[in-house]
Amino acid sequence: MVTPKRNYSGKLLAVEGLDGSGKSTQIYLVKRWLELEGYRVFFTEWNSSILVKKSTTKGKKRQLLTPTTFSLIHATDFADRYERQILPLLRAGYLVLCDRYIFTALARDAVRGVDREWVEQLYSFAVHPDITFYFRVPLETSLNRILEGRPALKYHEAGLDMGWSTDPYESFRIFQGKVFAEYESMREKFGFTAIDASEEIHIQQAKVRNLIREKIDLPAFRRRPCH
Amino acid sequence: MPLKDNPFFGRRLPEVREPNFAGKLFAIEGADGSGRSTQIGMLSQWLEANGYAVRHMGLRRSNLVSEELEEAKQGNVLTHTTMSLFYATDFFDQLVHEIIPALRAGLIVLADRYIYTLMARDLVRGADRAWTRNMYSPALVPDAVFYFRVSAAQLVERNFQKNSTLDYWESGMDLGLSRDMFSSFVKFQRMLQNEFQKMQKEYGFEVINGNSRVETIQRELRKKIGGLLGIGAALQKQNLFPLGSEPIP
Repeated sequence: MVTPKRNYSGKLLAVEGLDGSGKSTQIYLVKRWLELEGYRVFFTEWNSSILVKKSTTKGKKRQLLTPTTFSLIHATDFADRYERQILPLLRAGYLVLCDRYIFTALARDAVRGVDREWVEQLYSFAVHPDITFYFRVPLETSLNRILEGRPALKYHEAGLDMGWSTDPYESFRIFQGKVFAEYESMREKFGFTAIDASEEIHIQQAKVRNLIREKIDLPAFRRRPCH
Repeated sequence: MPLKDNPFFGRRLPEVREPNFAGKLFAIEGADGSGRSTQIGMLSQWLEANGYAVRHMGLRRSNLVSEELEEAKQGNVLTHTTMSLFYATDFFDQLVHEIIPALRAGLIVLADRYIYTLMARDLVRGADRAWTRNMYSPALVPDAVFYFRVSAAQLVERNFQKNSTLDYWESGMDLGLSRDMFSSFVKFQRMLQNEFQKMQKEYGFEVINGNSRVETIQRELRKKIGGLLGIGAALQKQNLFPLGSEPIP
């Protein structure tokens, strides 16, 4: 297992949780808050490396991905963002915000039957966040939030590649249930900070901001004036 | 380590429920210009002549990422961990979609480079040994691995004969070993050879002197592979000439 050096002055904040837990909304509000307060902020999303995206899209569209390659292609995407953005920005003293981090991969890959230790080691080059907010919501609530509008679920998103059910909605329920169990089992091990995601948005946000203020010396991250 | 005892190097591949394979997997390792493709071509012809179905695999040949890998290589934009993972994706895509079905169906799979080259490259580029080994640990253990050892000087000559230029990546130019491509190539190839040397014993490579004559090498390969498949000595001598250079009757 690689133990990455923490030779940087930045701070890493990540949000994790089920689809429909509202984590993207929360991290967006954190980003706006920190930007408006004049801090050095960088935001990055899961699965967004331009370099790797073409392969991932093709793999998903043509249903070429198996559990192992699904895992590896997402690790490639993450590594690209990590080595070119996340780590350099941490070293440059930024507050780096991640909408999903390695725990998303650990949860999903384990559900797909990939050896847990193997994936964990695969991602062992990445530093762990200073705070990982885990937006915790009852499974039914997250399912209802997502499924309410009967959206067209994507093949992998619904976990249809696992053959648990041919009905996308049923398959999605099973998949999310398993992901939920994985998150719960990781909670303690990785020191997640759980936030009750069934509360009102602004209440959750106030809690999140307080926790950030408590744990991070924000004034140190103020943007340097330009001359 | 024969395929039958423990099919994987370490961790189980989730795509394989029952690791029973009727076919055989042979890996050929060695630098560019070490003569791999010539030998693989001859081996395939000989195996087919004896009624064995053959399938090939190699690096950057997957449906999933080969084009993108090629593109990224041209642009020289990949950082090391990303490159390692991208190559691993390419490898496992072929393994799952091509190699495993072929081995199940009883084919002979000839791998033109396997995980050893990928691991050696990663290590030379500074990857953590445990990390790299873990990544490839769900790969299948080949029935035999042939490592073509060729001196750096010989490699330079063969590369110039073939392309009249040295390849950027095969010269390890991304490592900044030297600004001079020739010295970089020699240094990089030596570093790779060191890694192969370390792996030799552990993984039980059959070391082939790649400086030998084409026919000598082919004879050696057939002896070993023929032995494993039960192709007798007489049949090992068939058409012992490089492809395209058979004497005209």
